[in-house]
Amino acid sequence: MEESVHAFREAAWLLFSGDADLWEIVWLTLRVSLTAVALAALVGLPLAGVLALYRFPGRRAVVVGLNALMGLPPVVAGLVVYLALSRSGPLGGLGLLFTPTAMVVAQFVLVTPIVTALARQVLEDLWREYGEQLRSLGASPGRAIFTLLWDGRHAVATAVLAGFGRASAEVGAVLIVGGNIAHVTRVMTTAIALETSKGNLTLALALGLILIALSVGVNGLAFLLRDLTETRNAV
Amino acid sequence: MPFENPAPENGGRDGGRDGAGENEAGTPRARNGARAAHPPGGDILPLRLEGVCYAPEGRTLVGELTLELRDGGPTVVLGANGAGKSLTLRLCHGLLEPTAGTVRWMGPDAARARWAQAMVFQRPVLLRRSVLANVVYGLALRGVSRRERPALAMEALRATGLEAMAGRQARVLSAGEAQRLSLARAWALRPRVLFLDEPTANLDPAASRAVEEIIAAIGAAGTKIVMTTHDLGQARRLAHEVLFMHRGRVLERSPAPQFFQQPNNEAARAFLKGELLW
Ligand SMILES: Nc1ncnc2c1ncn2[C@@H]1O[C@H](COP(=O)(O)OP(=O)(O)OP(=O)(O)O)[C@@H](O)[C@H]1O
Ligand SMILES: [Mg+2]
Repeated sequence: MEESVHAFREAAWLLFSGDADLWEIVWLTLRVSLTAVALAALVGLPLAGVLALYRFPGRRAVVVGLNALMGLPPVVAGLVVYLALSRSGPLGGLGLLFTPTAMVVAQFVLVTPIVTALARQVLEDLWREYGEQLRSLGASPGRAIFTLLWDGRHAVATAVLAGFGRASAEVGAVLIVGGNIAHVTRVMTTAIALETSKGNLTLALALGLILIALSVGVNGLAFLLRDLTETRNAV
Repeated sequence: MPFENPAPENGGRDGGRDGAGENEAGTPRARNGARAAHPPGGDILPLRLEGVCYAPEGRTLVGELTLELRDGGPTVVLGANGAGKSLTLRLCHGLLEPTAGTVRWMGPDAARARWAQAMVFQRPVLLRRSVLANVVYGLALRGVSRRERPALAMEALRATGLEAMAGRQARVLSAGEAQRLSLARAWALRPRVLFLDEPTANLDPAASRAVEEIIAAIGAAGTKIVMTTHDLGQARRLAHEVLFMHRGRVLERSPAPQFFQQPNNEAARAFLKGELLW
């Protein structure tokens, strides 16, 4: 008991003392996850729009597949990306394994289905409402998707935030493809796992507190956005 | 000639944002004076329906329809609830594919038909943006230059009595205001053919009368009006000809005065007396 109280106090001190190692880890975590989520949004949102607007053979399979991939275990995503990037893998020549780039790729694989599946639901509901009117006005499909994304932006942003929450909180994928190398690929979650196992609870706790703050922040933002959506949509 | 040449190849694809520059550089349109007189461009009429049926999953909801809509005064579609009026308007407007038969614009500008029509739906669909932005959006899709949009949109809002609400969120409008906005958005496009599905259903008597006058003016300025209404007084005042529908079929088509004096059809007679049920 005394030990953990002590660890907490130390952790708090670490947070406010501007410890360089700690903030380096935080910064890398944000960089990796934000990049992964930005790329996931870039790919996932237009894809969600296409899935919302078009009826094509195989669409149902794609939707079911995406929904299933939402629950993809991070270690599996990590493993797949590891196999692709390892020296004997198809992309081995790029030498990306154990770099932050590899971690971005792994999180991208993990998060894109989440962003796409959640956004698709939003856009599909909106299209049900807007579809005839937009077609009547003569909107092209591309323009229509843009309009749906814009008018549904609060709910769409919530989908993207869910992706960010998932990316910043996962351990398995970044650990496998990043390797948790100090000063290179060490992010908050892998650092916590390592420091805890080494018995260095201070750093682990400090990082844990930041992760919790991040998660609270993201959820608070999502909540705010939902609120905004509801007042905007009040009829 | 506001919509003689609405850049159809363009209007859709990059509609507002990119298409705008092109328009600005292009033809300087003598819009302002001409717009009051409101001459719609694009000769797409007549519209020919041949053997048109709409029967999703084998249940015939509309059909079979064979008729031609020609230029001239307003065509008013009358009929009981569920007679198929809204579906027929959708079929004509090209939002629904008929399950059998063909819907074809026969005029010389038929290829541009999409850009020469507009529709006001029975249930208004408003975008989640301001009142003004809703009208501007429609103009953007038709390739009207960015500079011209606000003025044209305000003009349409003024005509429908919404000018004071231009900045308000469209989604908080009352049902009647929403319907007027929907009309303003369609009218701002200066369509050659305007489909109106019960455009005054939610309006108070004064607003209903005002909108009726707007519709009459739009029609008088050369836009072909095809509308439905349950307000028989309004139908009498506006209609040039009447299409009477019952259970998915057109049972009678007559010049308005004749229809209201002495309909040929038994069901139509009952309908006018308020005795026809579905
Ligand atoms: N997409 C659809 N699928 C199945 N049935 C439909 C569909 N759309 C309309 N219907 C049915 O077709 C019939 C005609 O509908 P429509 O909306 O054209 O009626 P209406 O004449 O406009 O009636 P109202 O005066 O109530 O507006 C109705 O019985 C309706 O339930
Ligand atoms: Mg109807």
